[in-house]
Amino acid sequence: MKKYLSVVLFVVLLLSMSGIAKAQTELSLWYHGAGNETERSILLGIIDDFNMAQSDYTVVLEEFPQESYNSSIVAAALAGDLPDIIDVDGPVMPGWAWSGYMQPLNLSEGALDDFLPGAIGEWHGEVYSVGLWDAAVSVYARRSVLEAHDIRIPTLDEPWSGDEFDAILEQLQASGDYEYALDLGMAWTGEWYPYAFSPFLQSFGGDMIDRSTYLTAEGMLNGEAGVAFGEWWQSLFERGLAPGTSQDGADRETGFIDGKYALQWNGNWAGINTLEAVGDDLLFLPAPDFGSGSTIGAASWQFGISSSSMNPEGANAFIEHAIQDEYLAAFSDGIGLIPATAGAAAMSEHYSEGGALEVYFGLSEAQALVRPVTPGYATVALVFEKALADIANGADVQDTLDAAVDEIDQDIEDNMGYGFGDM
Amino acid sequence: MRSMSFENQQRLLIGLRYALLILIAMIFIFPIVFMVVSSLKPDMQLLRDSGSLRAFLPVGDISLDNYADAFERVPMLQFFFNSVFTTVVSVAVALWLNSMAAFSFAFLQWRGKALVLSLIIATFIVPFEVIAIPLLMVVNNLPWLGSEGIEIGWLNSYHVQIIPFIADSLGIFLFYQYFRDLPDELVEAARIDGASIWQIYTRIIMPIAGPILATVAILKFLGMWNAYIWPLMTIRSEELRPIMVGLQYFFQLNTAWGEIMAYLSVVTIPVLLFYLALQRAFIESIATSGIKG
Repeated sequence: MKKYLSVVLFVVLLLSMSGIAKAQTELSLWYHGAGNETERSILLGIIDDFNMAQSDYTVVLEEFPQESYNSSIVAAALAGDLPDIIDVDGPVMPGWAWSGYMQPLNLSEGALDDFLPGAIGEWHGEVYSVGLWDAAVSVYARRSVLEAHDIRIPTLDEPWSGDEFDAILEQLQASGDYEYALDLGMAWTGEWYPYAFSPFLQSFGGDMIDRSTYLTAEGMLNGEAGVAFGEWWQSLFERGLAPGTSQDGADRETGFIDGKYALQWNGNWAGINTLEAVGDDLLFLPAPDFGSGSTIGAASWQFGISSSSMNPEGANAFIEHAIQDEYLAAFSDGIGLIPATAGAAAMSEHYSEGGALEVYFGLSEAQALVRPVTPGYATVALVFEKALADIANGADVQDTLDAAVDEIDQDIEDNMGYGFGDM
Repeated sequence: MRSMSFENQQRLLIGLRYALLILIAMIFIFPIVFMVVSSLKPDMQLLRDSGSLRAFLPVGDISLDNYADAFERVPMLQFFFNSVFTTVVSVAVALWLNSMAAFSFAFLQWRGKALVLSLIIATFIVPFEVIAIPLLMVVNNLPWLGSEGIEIGWLNSYHVQIIPFIADSLGIFLFYQYFRDLPDELVEAARIDGASIWQIYTRIIMPIAGPILATVAILKFLGMWNAYIWPLMTIRSEELRPIMVGLQYFFQLNTAWGEIMAYLSVVTIPVLLFYLALQRAFIESIATSGIKG
């Protein structure tokens, strides 16, 4: 009898435990990294740790390919089928927040105190997303090449001035050792153009839009500074210093490594591969300063919470769990991007003191400027890309920038200011 | 100088014709050769070779590593099964339903037939992108008898990838055009012999519809095999994704070009085999009815 009683008690215990298990709320998480086994294993590790660390929520991962992730999110929003936690590309976040796809985060006070500015996604004064890493661009160069041509190696505190940079390009081109002095990556179309090239415009004193109001691009894109940038940009191609829009994609990948280009404007994600090919001779140099300071683009993929989530507390708890330094460092070691905090950088392989990519943390901290924080950025980016390609191909600078401003302003007007001002 | 003999002129003409045909064939074959050869090379070599004739030659560091890596990165067999399943079911059901619809237009008399046919043909001009979002809304609110009873919404399932694409205006039109050109005596004789409509469809018309069946099957197969936008919008789970969505898995920060070529080589094989199997009937259909795919 005692034996049966203990069996019954055991069964009751099991049933009650299963009841507890069922009481756990499932949190769906959509992520853009399908096909990247490293990211998947790190993220699954974070999820497992979270699921084991508490008993209220279970996070379930669904991965999507990066190239089509945004389309899947938009379709899910239309169908009212968004998950609890989403990841979002930094410049896209304002659009999704404005469209009502996302809700603000509610993290503990001080949770983001040490984060790089580019890893925090803010919209209308509230934090909507936070990234575990950031990305940065720099000038790739060979120390031996600079020394051979008696060219000063710039530092974060003392970058090349615009005139100095221009003279260096002329000097390297005139040496006859290279097909082109500078590879800007014109073969990489799409988001690369605004991300990588708008910092030059900002360094000239212009911008893609007037950030004080976000209601017009007039005067910023086509003003004096904008035109000065456009003329310099066009001259790069007219003088044959950089390959233009017809650049072969294969040359973009191998040209600098093969010695076809003396310098290259590239992101930190290509750093490890280039280091393996070039070795210790490789330098990552800060962006030149054309008069208004050196800037580089910022903001990569970040976590946020969908507006339809019925469990924002659990989603916030997961995000707060995921942004611990150890996970930031693990992602950085795995995929080579910049950890979002100094603490994580110190723990990481590439960005700790003496690490091969250490310089990028400083670049990101000192020079990063997020792309315009507006839902209209999607249009701004497309218009800016087309304008830069047209100017590179010889279009009149002032006319092209004026037309770009008209197009951006018309889009803002059509969308009643995207939530800025009274339009 | 002696003029060329007639035989020599003929030989020269044949030679020129072959040279032209070989040139045209090479234009079509070279991208496939490039794809297969590139799938055997490491990324850096692939990119370096792409600007020269070496791009078409299996030279340098050749291996099957890209295939192994592609299979590791993507659940290729699962994606392959999903595409084969949705494609085979869609093609089979579409051939049956669309041919029946066309049979009705071609041989049966019913009120409003011309108007309905015109409306179906008019939908040719509406691209899928236009109806994608309304279609998403519709399927998201349709009921389905699932394992847990009646559920609302078809998203994230096999049937959402199949059912919306069964009825196909182009397929109906092609069948209709083919049926219309068949001699009326065939159907009249069957009717006089007492055959039912169903018997005429199954025993008289369909047995001689081989060429058009092949044509519609190939067109439908290509459409379903290459499905991309719709699965992106409707499928959430990896285990239900078709093979074309899998291609996107390779576009990472550092794109794996060699693996992409390996994946594409594998993806292309079924298309080539399917076309080769139905090639004779497809060409016959074009030759006899002027149908162009």
